[in-house]
Amino acid sequence: MNNQAVNRPQRDRTRPIAESQVFDLQLSYRGYRINKLCNSLCDAGNRAAYKADEAAYLARFELTPAERDLIKARDFGGLLEAGGNIYFLIKLGVVTGNGLYYMGAQMRGESYEQFLATRNDSGAT
Amino acid sequence: MGAIIAGIATSHVPSIGGALDRGKAGTPAWKPLFDAYVPVRAWLKELKPDVAIMVYNDHGADFFFDKYPTFAVGAAESYAIADEGFGTRPFPAISGDLRFSQHLCESLVYDEFDITVCQEMRVEHGFLVPMHLCFDHAAGWPVASVPIAVNVLQHPLPTARRCFRLGQAIRRAVQSYDRELRVAVIGTGGMSHQLTGKHFGLMNPDWDRDFLDRMEDEPESLYTLTHQELMERFGAEGIELIMWLVMRGALSPQARRVHRNYYAPMTTGMGLLSFEETL
Repeated sequence: MNNQAVNRPQRDRTRPIAESQVFDLQLSYRGYRINKLCNSLCDAGNRAAYKADEAAYLARFELTPAERDLIKARDFGGLLEAGGNIYFLIKLGVVTGNGLYYMGAQMRGESYEQFLATRNDSGAT
Repeated sequence: MGAIIAGIATSHVPSIGGALDRGKAGTPAWKPLFDAYVPVRAWLKELKPDVAIMVYNDHGADFFFDKYPTFAVGAAESYAIADEGFGTRPFPAISGDLRFSQHLCESLVYDEFDITVCQEMRVEHGFLVPMHLCFDHAAGWPVASVPIAVNVLQHPLPTARRCFRLGQAIRRAVQSYDRELRVAVIGTGGMSHQLTGKHFGLMNPDWDRDFLDRMEDEPESLYTLTHQELMERFGAEGIELIMWLVMRGALSPQARRVHRNYYAPMTTGMGLLSFEETL
């Protein structure tokens, strides 16, 4: 293998992937507070605390008012734009009763049922 | 005296774990996936590897963006099952092989791979789904494991070629081990999936099949692909396929392909390839 591959740019930001954002250092910096909140939900005690009093739980994190609003609105597309990482947002989905496929349907602007109807075999959930 | 005897590439989609836990493996929608692994488990039972090196990525169960390693290698006697946001799955504890892990870490660093050495690591679906697909575990796991976590979440990621070269370095480490040891290398993740934005659920079965073909016949054509090219074919999350290249680099070019499967029911192309070395 020659060294040319090393010198070819790995990313071309003028060509977005699937009209969406790729999670990189700029997005990770922007979404750090959101992802930190989501990361805390890998603990059963924290999940219970979140469910018991969402506002109080969110107040533990240094979220901006806009970030809190996106969380309260369950606006997963907005949270991605704000730097949330999809794998961390899934944890927020779990604790708020929004599974990945629901989140995906919302991003597509479809109902859950409409989204399932687009799949090859929606029995594989 | 160590030897790499087999390599497996497999998707690690979390819903596979959910389907197994809910007793859905035999349903029409899941059977085409689960049935493909029955001969793989029988084959591995025959081959009897001592160690499985599992190349996977964490999905925010153990690593956070406060410190994010590009390559993290386990060096522990055992690995806990992580809670990734919905509790821990009921599996036997994951045994490590501390002595081999320490050798592997030393060998990789002196081979100029600047890995993060982890004496505690909690493993999640990226690791566990391939484990339970490949190994019977009713009486405990039949192999020790070495987890190798790769950053495929936060760009900049390691290049495809770097992943292949990591595999080559793993091969040198195994071959320089001073004890008899039969090693299987498992590269996990992919195939095509896009989990963000208005094209959520986009798959690309044609490119997936092309990738499977190239893994078998001309893997060198994959190492020079850029992340941009990979993501344009496989989606932003499909970039996980670079972890398959770690496995391919650890196997000899002439390793024989044994199993192959492809199934794409929902939002991810689920692929399987296995290789066996002629020793």
